[in-house]
Amino acid sequence: MATVAERPQPAPAPSREVERRRRRRRSALRRQLVALAFMSPWIIGFSLFYVYPMAASLYFSFTHYDILSEPTWVGLDNYRFMFTADAQFWPSVRNTMWIIVFLVPLQVIFAVGSAIVLTRVKRGLSIYRTIFFLPTMVPLVAAAVAWVFLLNPAGPVNRLLGLLHLPEPLWFYDPGWTKPGLLLLGLWMVGQTMILFLAALLDVPRQLYEAADLEGAGPWQRFRHVTLPMISPVIFFSVVIGVIHGFQYFTEAFVVSSSGDATGLDHPIGYPQDSLLFFTSHLYQQGFEGFHMGYAAALSWVMFLVIMVCTLFLIRGSRRWVHYQGGFR
Amino acid sequence: MARRPVPPAIRRRRLLLSIANHSVAIALSIAFLVPFVFILATALMTNQQALTARVWPDPFRWSNFSEVFRAFPFVRYTFNTVTYAVLATVGVVLSSVPVAYALSRLRWRGRQGAFMLVLATLMLPPQVTVVPLYVIFVRLGWIGSLKPLIIPLFFGDAFSIFLLRQFFMTIPQELSDAARVDGASDLQILTRVIVPLAKPAIAAVALFQFLYSWNDFFNPLLYAGNNPDSWTLAVALTQLTTLSRGVLWNLQMAGALLFTIPVLIIFFFAQKVFVEGVTLTGVKG
Repeated sequence: MATVAERPQPAPAPSREVERRRRRRRSALRRQLVALAFMSPWIIGFSLFYVYPMAASLYFSFTHYDILSEPTWVGLDNYRFMFTADAQFWPSVRNTMWIIVFLVPLQVIFAVGSAIVLTRVKRGLSIYRTIFFLPTMVPLVAAAVAWVFLLNPAGPVNRLLGLLHLPEPLWFYDPGWTKPGLLLLGLWMVGQTMILFLAALLDVPRQLYEAADLEGAGPWQRFRHVTLPMISPVIFFSVVIGVIHGFQYFTEAFVVSSSGDATGLDHPIGYPQDSLLFFTSHLYQQGFEGFHMGYAAALSWVMFLVIMVCTLFLIRGSRRWVHYQGGFR
Repeated sequence: MARRPVPPAIRRRRLLLSIANHSVAIALSIAFLVPFVFILATALMTNQQALTARVWPDPFRWSNFSEVFRAFPFVRYTFNTVTYAVLATVGVVLSSVPVAYALSRLRWRGRQGAFMLVLATLMLPPQVTVVPLYVIFVRLGWIGSLKPLIIPLFFGDAFSIFLLRQFFMTIPQELSDAARVDGASDLQILTRVIVPLAKPAIAAVALFQFLYSWNDFFNPLLYAGNNPDSWTLAVALTQLTTLSRGVLWNLQMAGALLFTIPVLIIFFFAQKVFVEGVTLTGVKG
């Protein structure tokens, strides 16, 4: 019908011109309505589960609110309490920073290392790759429960250490060893990141290595000046995702703390001695065990802002060391 | 390149290098596999043996796997987990496909803006909205049930919308135009033209959502944790010690394996779907 309407006519009667315009407007409106109908699940979901909650949580963060009674406005009290009076806030920040500072780089290094090993074996690659990837498929809770067993003071890991005459730490029962225990779990589950690096390494053009060989570069120089720049976008991606996940670190720590010991007692969040109290654990405890909803909302906004600032910081810094092959940036 | 016989010195060097590479690969493989060996061995032991240093199960107690179902309401937990994972998957697919269609195949005002908002929600840490959402679900009386986990997913999921939209963009516009000329409505174009062509992407979205819900811990803990009848396997696994008033390593490991095995089976059968989905998003992971 559009083709009929647009056929050039010698002298369009004014009424026809109006008719045509009206019809076009009506079809545009129809299109808009059809699109909105298709969009409707998301429009409802976005308003109910994003727009309203974000506005509400910002408002709650300036109130005292325990669900049972109406929220009461307290201004900046929650934020003041957080930074100056909450005895658990700074320990939770310190633990979160610890996990980010150690786990993220170690995971990247370990993932790159294992991926390089995979590029160098010719036969059996697919078997090795499956084995390296297998732990990633284990549901996080199952993996954490399994590592509580593996690292129990009389467990398999300590027996191996005993055979080698190495010290046998108490792992998840010694506040100084809980986070290193979680590092082992994190490294065991590195498969997903490793697969990304494997793909990136296999993408490095052969000619670059050949050129480096011609220039007389040794293995280290080849890695430093060819491999590393070529995989730097994937390193950057892994670091950003790792840092964002690091701020939200929760499940592993919660499972380890709460899985209890021989007496079957349920331990508090962060056990032992708050050594596994992370930012999100703290938020969970304040909001959903203590029902300090206002304070929990304030914690969530601080976390959101810190994640945004860190991400922007990483993106800015990346311009100096991330090499995009397209030459862009 | 002509093949010339390789001099023995170089051949020997290559052999040594290959042995060295395989040694490292095997050592790493052992490091990744040893935990599985201990978990499986312990799952087959008596509880007395699980507390000793002996690694080889003696006697083999295959009955541990059925014992888990007898000692704990594991049937209930499995049922809840399957309910959550299946309904969440259905909800995400049903709601995200039309949204992705509107964002990729229809021309309308505000499309770019809506797409940016979808991406923005993808980046938003879930903690920011969790407090008011909890309050909403308290008001609705949904806490302690699986409803807060499932019903929101019938209103679109940002990651799935993004992945489907990327795939829909690659389907030639002429196919839709041809169907339109034949008088098909947009709903018919979506169900008869786009969906059949987009099966791999829809399969990937369904698979990712199923695994996400199966593994999910935070949401079931938060919304269903106070009611043991609504626990999923993920929540129940962390409570076995408390439930049995003491450590039963053998049953805990058997339970962890029972929880893991469906995921491994799905992975081995759906590897292709998995890889296609990953390459599709371009974000990988």
